[in-house]
Amino acid sequence: MKPFSYERPATPAEAIEAAARPGARIIAGGTNLLDLMKLGIEGPAHIVDINRIGLDRIEDTPEGGLRIGALVRNADLAAHPRVRQHYPVLTRALVSGASGQLRNKASVSGNLMQRTRCPYFYNTDMACNKRRPGSGCSAIGGVGHNFAVLGASDACIATHPSDMCVALRALDAVVEIESAGAKRSIAIADFHLLPGDTPHLETALQPGELITGIVLPSPLAGTQIYRKVRDRASYAFANVSMALVATVEHGEVVVERLAFGGLALKPWRVEAAERGPRDPDAIADIVLAGAKSCTETAYKLPLVSRMLAAALETVQ
Amino acid sequence: MTDTDGAVVEPVRVSFTINGGLLTLELDPRVTLATALREHLGLTGTKIGCDQGQCGACTVLVNGRRINSCLTLAVMHEGDSIATVEGLGTPEVLHPMQAAFIEHDGFQCGYCTPGQILSSLAVIEEIRAGMPSHVTGSLEGPVPLSDEEIRERMSGNLCRCAAYPNIIAAIRDYAGAKP
Repeated sequence: MKPFSYERPATPAEAIEAAARPGARIIAGGTNLLDLMKLGIEGPAHIVDINRIGLDRIEDTPEGGLRIGALVRNADLAAHPRVRQHYPVLTRALVSGASGQLRNKASVSGNLMQRTRCPYFYNTDMACNKRRPGSGCSAIGGVGHNFAVLGASDACIATHPSDMCVALRALDAVVEIESAGAKRSIAIADFHLLPGDTPHLETALQPGELITGIVLPSPLAGTQIYRKVRDRASYAFANVSMALVATVEHGEVVVERLAFGGLALKPWRVEAAERGPRDPDAIADIVLAGAKSCTETAYKLPLVSRMLAAALETVQ
Repeated sequence: MTDTDGAVVEPVRVSFTINGGLLTLELDPRVTLATALREHLGLTGTKIGCDQGQCGACTVLVNGRRINSCLTLAVMHEGDSIATVEGLGTPEVLHPMQAAFIEHDGFQCGYCTPGQILSSLAVIEEIRAGMPSHVTGSLEGPVPLSDEEIRERMSGNLCRCAAYPNIIAAIRDYAGAKP
């Protein structure tokens, strides 16, 4: 690991000031950043440890929603009584991700900031436009079955691995951000960026900015479901995952919200399929409009309609 | 201080409690909690397997919660209370979970065992606290102490000897649960 200096601010304001230093990176849970630092993929000159700045509470908002502090741990968010009752798709997404140890450590803001990644991103002997912009993408034409089929570019085909963010996307969460003397909010839809020809830029967060929290709007009516298909039954990234909110109208199941993980370079909401066709195959056709697969990722395409069929059958 | 490559590193002071005793260390900030335990404090019960949070051999309890000690910097634990396998029992007086692992043959080589034991103690607490898992049915009721729940929650602890059925039996026995 490259040497770095270390700082432990006590307040968000101190953290923002420290994070503005050249080469600074913020560390919260550290479960993604430290892994990448050990491999030499990340090499910050200065580490700002924000684990003692507060922002670790979950509070009701006046609008009937929930404000989740940036340092709330994934395990605590999943277990929160209001999340379980009113945002069960979020609890289900969280507990389908990582391991018990990691969920205890990983923060919700770190989950937002985790790197979009594939095996070639991890292999520093291979070209990767994320690690070294302009060096090329070894994954395109390479070996691997978990690459993106939507939202990819000629520069990158990695998938965004978060489960939590897929649920947040379905719930229309808002990310609250502070910098020196300024505050702003950004919809989760706009927080993660598509790769284009700059896949090393993954989020809308700017240098000197600190995520302070995530706000959930008031709860949605209907049934909330999170399904995840993966290589093994536990502790694996999604091949395809799906956050679904559905209601029943005149005896018919209506898709109200639909978002996917494992398919794309960012959490993938499909508004065009919401309140649209009832048939799983017809919904899947909308979801997969413009999808590009290769021999190794073609299996993901039929999974979409099958997962929809299985999930919609359980909605009452 | 200088590191093995000759780079100058500013040491950071950190104080935490390990198995009930307060300690202060001056550390290169790159030192993970797992390495601090093993190399700086001689507490080699905590194992490093994959060193990337996949295998769980490095599991310790921090303020009562299980984490991967390989994926956290020691200096991030100022004021924390850390429990390792050395704090659980002694060869003469085993912790009941340790005794259950022996009784049920819950290991072969034993390398993953300290992590398995600390993780399993936390798993029982998580179930009793009603924290949901991927296999939990209703999110609103109590969580059953079932084999299915234990298996899912222990997925962050790998055993290359594949003693899994016996590990589950040991945990079930300790917790007083029925198969």
